Amino acid sequence: MLIDVENLMRSHRLPHIWCPGCGNGIIMKAILEGIRESNLDLDKTVIVSGIGCSSRATGYLNFDTIHTTHGRAIAFATGVKLAKPELNVFVITGDGDGAAIGGNHLIHAARRNIDLNVILFNNNIYGMTGGQYSPLTPHGKFATTSPYGNMERSFDICNLVQAAGATYVARGTAFHTKMLIDLIKNAISNKGFSFVEAVTMCPISYGRRNKMGNAPDMLKWQRDNAVNVKAAQKMEPEKLAGKIIIGELHRETAPEYTELYEQLIARVRKGAEGDGQ
Amino acid sequence: MRKAQLLQGNQACAMAAIDAGVRFYAGYPITPSTEIAEFMAENLPKVGGKFIQMEDEIAGMAAILGAALTGVKAITATSGPGFSLKQENIGFAAMAEIPCVIVNVQRLGPSTGGPTAPAQGDVMQARWGTHGDHPVIALSPASVLESYDITVQAINFSEKFRVPVIILLDEVIGHMREKVILPSPEELTLVERKRTNLPPAEYKPYEADSTRIPAIADFGTGYRWHVTGLFHDENGNPSGKADTIHKQGIRLLTKLDPYLEEITLYKSYCTEDAEYLLISFGCTARSAAEAVDMARSKGYKVGLLQLQTIWPFPEQLVKEFCTGKKAVIVPELNAGQLRGEVQKVITNQTLSGVNKINGDLITPEEIVMKIKEVAGQC
Repeated sequence: MLIDVENLMRSHRLPHIWCPGCGNGIIMKAILEGIRESNLDLDKTVIVSGIGCSSRATGYLNFDTIHTTHGRAIAFATGVKLAKPELNVFVITGDGDGAAIGGNHLIHAARRNIDLNVILFNNNIYGMTGGQYSPLTPHGKFATTSPYGNMERSFDICNLVQAAGATYVARGTAFHTKMLIDLIKNAISNKGFSFVEAVTMCPISYGRRNKMGNAPDMLKWQRDNAVNVKAAQKMEPEKLAGKIIIGELHRETAPEYTELYEQLIARVRKGAEGDGQ
Repeated sequence: MRKAQLLQGNQACAMAAIDAGVRFYAGYPITPSTEIAEFMAENLPKVGGKFIQMEDEIAGMAAILGAALTGVKAITATSGPGFSLKQENIGFAAMAEIPCVIVNVQRLGPSTGGPTAPAQGDVMQARWGTHGDHPVIALSPASVLESYDITVQAINFSEKFRVPVIILLDEVIGHMREKVILPSPEELTLVERKRTNLPPAEYKPYEADSTRIPAIADFGTGYRWHVTGLFHDENGNPSGKADTIHKQGIRLLTKLDPYLEEITLYKSYCTEDAEYLLISFGCTARSAAEAVDMARSKGYKVGLLQLQTIWPFPEQLVKEFCTGKKAVIVPELNAGQLRGEVQKVITNQTLSGVNKINGDLITPEEIVMKIKEVAGQC
């Protein structure tokens, strides 16, 4: 129920700008549930977004929020977190914002293992600009800029972020809402760079062009094509072609960047005292 | 006062930043600005501040804005190519009114140009590098001591007016070493951004009083406000309505107007009885000062107006200094960017430039030659 998270929203800003059937509201609600169930201090929680459909979420969320420039949310968030490590910092981004124009910031924040919770809304398309292919548009799919089918290969963005050093990596879908909330809670509890790819749907600019039906049809597609990571481990690779592997994909422990920096400050200052300066 | 030291302009700039309360630096290495990053990496942790070398120039600019919103004073440094990359986020800072300082140690451009060659070709980029009409302040020092003083001023201006402030250093001033006697940090007059004293329920982040500068609330203090690069209303909410856009746009464009005199920093030399006026800035102002002495020894009554504030362009000041002069000469290491601004405000005087864009400095002799040439025509 929306009532559970109403105090986490700027309800007076509704209705939102998203198209009928858009999955972004489901993902946004899951983030709020994750925050609520994690009992975060709402006054100490900052949510940063870039540009695109998903990034408009920050305007509706009742926190300190920054709707930044295209692709740069993680870089802004890095400044917030490093300047004030006591803040809980979230990033809301999309497949264009996070995997294309902001891809460099994504891998480097993962490499640093800075304690950000990045939720990437993957709708496989640039929705805000009317349906151009993104780095997460599957090969062969149609978009306004791939009118003959997408020639390019797509990223497995979770594999990329894991390889870059993220200490928590997961994938969920708008259909598997309960799981998505749990994944976001796990991301929040991980002290380090956490990444959740949330597969959402864009019936208007992606589904329609690729004959995937309406919004409920696209949700059913998620249901029918998602494979839990535990089941996937027992499956032959060819059977996983075209499937979405969901669940917790990676978790490890590594030193967190802002904690290391606080230790550095303590060490440098102790050294300075020792020098009699 | 501190003891006398031999310092680089870049070092003086970095020291001033820390003395003025900067506790956050994010940037990317680029010649000829890198010494600023190196100084910050070493010295910020000593005062509990944070340094981070970001993955690119854009990220460096973004990170200082994120940090600034939490309430810390933040700075970045770069040079031509990096300054170009930072422009979109400089526009964000102007639009969202986030205090920040960007040091641009100018080098010869366009493009990779001459990484270690001096130039002053970023006058217009400092003003119009980001898209749209917006407020900005740009200051330019002409010595190592000025590099210190102007950095303190830049940080104060950014805090007071909530605008991005650009320091137009140049390769010569940035890398030159001079003996300086710096003030002690406690001797400095420092400005802190105006923070709201309203309770969160009553706070409107972009509601300006008669000062035209809205009060800010540090992130993490319970105000939970929205920052966006979209045009927005007084509550910070995005708006596409023409009247809301107009209201915010006009306030942004005019917000520095009541403070132009305060923002205008300059020095003058031998201008009282001058018939000919040189207008210059940065490293070229040093050659111009020498040229004044040389020309006067030959009987030419020449004076120098050294602009430290480049933007907002000090129209009134330039007008006053030009009044009654026979001719005005603008020596600068570009093809005439500042001269164009002078042209807009002067009326009767002959205006000419001394310009060079080959990586060499303008010499005092070259300026004296121009003075003789102009005097011959007057």
